[in-house]
Amino acid sequence: MKHFAALFNAIDHSTKTTVKVSALADYFAEAPDMDRMWTMALFSGRRPKRAVTTTKLREWAAEEARIPLWLFEESYPIVGDLAETIALVLPPNETSSDESLSHWINALRALASVEEEDRKAAVLQAWAQLGGTERFVFNKLITGGFRMGVSQKLMTRALSRATDKSEAELAHRLMGNWHPDDTTWEALIEAEDASADASRPYPFYLAYALEDGPDALGAPEDWRAEWKWDGIRGQLILRDGQHFVWSRGEELMTDRFPELARAVDFLPSGTVLDGELLVWHPQTESPASFNALQRRIGRKTVPKKLLAEAPVVLHAYDLLEWEGADMRETPFAERRAVLERACADLPAEAPVRLSPQLDFDSWEDLAEVRSVARDENAEGLMLKRADSPYLVGRKKGDWWKWKLDPLTIDAVMIYAQAGHGRRANLFTDFTFAVWNGNDLVPFTKAYSGLTDAEFREITKWVRKNTLQRFGPVRQVTPHHVFEIAFEGIQASPRHKSGVALRFPRMSRWRQDKPLQEANTLDDLNDMLRIYG
Amino acid sequence: MSSYPALTFTDHGIYCAAGDFYIDPWRPVERALITHGHADHARSGHQSYLATNAALPVMRHRLGEITAQGVPYGDVVTIGDAQVSFHPAGHVPGSAQIRVEVAGEIWVASGDYKTEDDGLSEPFEPQRCHHFITESTFGLPVFRWQPQAQIAREINDWWAACAAAGKTAFLGAYALGKAQRLLTMLNADIGPILTHGAVEATNKVLRAQGIDLPETVHATAEIDPKAYPGALVLAPPSALGSAWARKFGAQENAFASGWMQLRGVRRRRAGDRGFVISDHADWQGLLDTIRETGAENIYVTHGYTDIFTRYLVENGWNAQVVPTEFEGETLDTEGKE
Repeated sequence: MKHFAALFNAIDHSTKTTVKVSALADYFAEAPDMDRMWTMALFSGRRPKRAVTTTKLREWAAEEARIPLWLFEESYPIVGDLAETIALVLPPNETSSDESLSHWINALRALASVEEEDRKAAVLQAWAQLGGTERFVFNKLITGGFRMGVSQKLMTRALSRATDKSEAELAHRLMGNWHPDDTTWEALIEAEDASADASRPYPFYLAYALEDGPDALGAPEDWRAEWKWDGIRGQLILRDGQHFVWSRGEELMTDRFPELARAVDFLPSGTVLDGELLVWHPQTESPASFNALQRRIGRKTVPKKLLAEAPVVLHAYDLLEWEGADMRETPFAERRAVLERACADLPAEAPVRLSPQLDFDSWEDLAEVRSVARDENAEGLMLKRADSPYLVGRKKGDWWKWKLDPLTIDAVMIYAQAGHGRRANLFTDFTFAVWNGNDLVPFTKAYSGLTDAEFREITKWVRKNTLQRFGPVRQVTPHHVFEIAFEGIQASPRHKSGVALRFPRMSRWRQDKPLQEANTLDDLNDMLRIYG
Repeated sequence: MSSYPALTFTDHGIYCAAGDFYIDPWRPVERALITHGHADHARSGHQSYLATNAALPVMRHRLGEITAQGVPYGDVVTIGDAQVSFHPAGHVPGSAQIRVEVAGEIWVASGDYKTEDDGLSEPFEPQRCHHFITESTFGLPVFRWQPQAQIAREINDWWAACAAAGKTAFLGAYALGKAQRLLTMLNADIGPILTHGAVEATNKVLRAQGIDLPETVHATAEIDPKAYPGALVLAPPSALGSAWARKFGAQENAFASGWMQLRGVRRRRAGDRGFVISDHADWQGLLDTIRETGAENIYVTHGYTDIFTRYLVENGWNAQVVPTEFEGETLDTEGKE
């Protein structure tokens, strides 16, 4: 664990990508196979199952630290991280250990199958043997949620440096269902044929936002445009008569969208589609808004009624594999042509639709098309260079998302709450209200969009203008107006205001705007009527 | 015992009616007794000041023309019906706890304090008393300081690594106290030590009063950064990343503060490194001190007041929160300097 803890420190002590990547590359070059397998697993979100509840961990930590549980609970939000809070309150370690990362991971996985008494003894023993960063890392492993400022992309880059294989190849090898228990470093990284797993997806290509409009992109005829759907990005894999659905976050979603099973009846094996999962209204032959899809998100099994009310269809916009061959190097326009042929004769009951291409002769034309995107339940346009290959990850140049401007409303800050973790001693979580006659009706929370300097300024102001405290929440004097930007609005009986916003954030601090000129509940209801 | 408390808490600050004086008042008063020279404790505008001899030079430097009198540690001064004495608080050079005795009732206002001997400040001496006024800046069990020698090793290792990589090491710390403490911890064999103007000004004041500090070079706008390869620059946190700092080319930034104990806080400051070192007592230091005073009545001022007070009450003390305008150790650059 010392080696891994040193790696963690090297990464944690720098904000520079180059330093992180080279620390990780050195580690990959030197560590034993099992340790590097687990390191790859941890950095790609494959963490060991949680074997101890956090409730128990808190109790044991408070007990060992000889502090009352409430004091632990009060400290936790200030520290902002459970694993860190535990590591800090515990007394210093008595002994040390030279065991490896894999040893400790196996030790904590073994906890799942023993009695609670033994589980506790094992955890206490680990705490007594591990100090400083090692203890923190161990706690991170138990509590799950292992994030430490290294994306999978950086990890892949480091791995590429340590193995002399290309990043794109490694990214592909690391996709899908592998686990350190079932494979080896040799099989996963080194072996010639890495296509053994039928479910393995391709790494997604991600677009950058087009900030200043398309004029700088060159000739319009070099580009293709589609709606940018407001759904769930998904990859549908049809191989060996089976089907698999992957999310962009590399989560296998096959069981969540059972309607896609029928795709095998309409498309040949050896096909991989990239597209958007959307709820489909068969009556109007159009996609529903994101609100409809929200009912399906997070459901591992889908009741029949919901399946009938909110059926999901894949809107295919790219073809990654055809007749078993990797198509990613083929130019987009050619991939699209094959995709169109493949989808040409799909009957209405097929769970796949072709996402249409939009006609335009000039960028002005396209701007007009974009202006009606909300009517299509799209959030803007996608622009794709006709001759571009399908790249790995977020790359500038060939794919752009040209989103609609967000909806905005001017609102009054009425409650403030301190953040946690990085923002532990700043007020960053605010509740906003609009006018209803002479009353202020809260309608949304927001906690992003301001600069650190602005958060510091508002924090000083909150300290001096607190009217009342409700636990961690402070009611403040209504004074500051903020422009709240958001992507969507829907009716919500659970909220006092009757509406819920999608992705609300503070887009501007309207220091110029008097309190009385903030928007009203009527304004909000107008928006609900138009966009809800 | 007198029928009313020797010290009371007013909107001007901590007040002693028997001697008609205030301790670290935050609004202008006639007579102010000052624990130490940090800006939240030694404010301008009072008609007269009383502090330790060792604290006065910095106060004069910061507050300009003031009517001030100095006393040695431990000497008892009679003010009205109050017996007053100053005792080392271990916070920064010259810092004191102020002991006030009125008709046999003993109060101690401790200002800011730390229990570890830093080799620079007069070491902390707990005072027996009936009523103890304590800060609680780091009054949570997650704050536990490591011995200074260990932090010194970490800082010197970091500096040596920066120097080896051809980078200038920028270390952010308060100009009064923390910066000088760090100076005494640095291994000058690694390279030259440069200082920001705010730090150098305080160094000058402290050297003039006989405090021995290692050699430093004032990094003015005129000096040539290239003439100091492998240098460490001590500067207030606000100066890190400034135009002045960027002149030095390739560099690494670090902060030295008790808040660096919290990973999230360090990452928000975007400093590459954080060294956990504070001039305030940690959790155990606060509790040990309170026990050693023997006081039954504890008044908790700046910091995690609510939580710390609740813990004291549960453990049998008669403790209460007292609102003050002291700030303790902040990360906001406008906080103390």
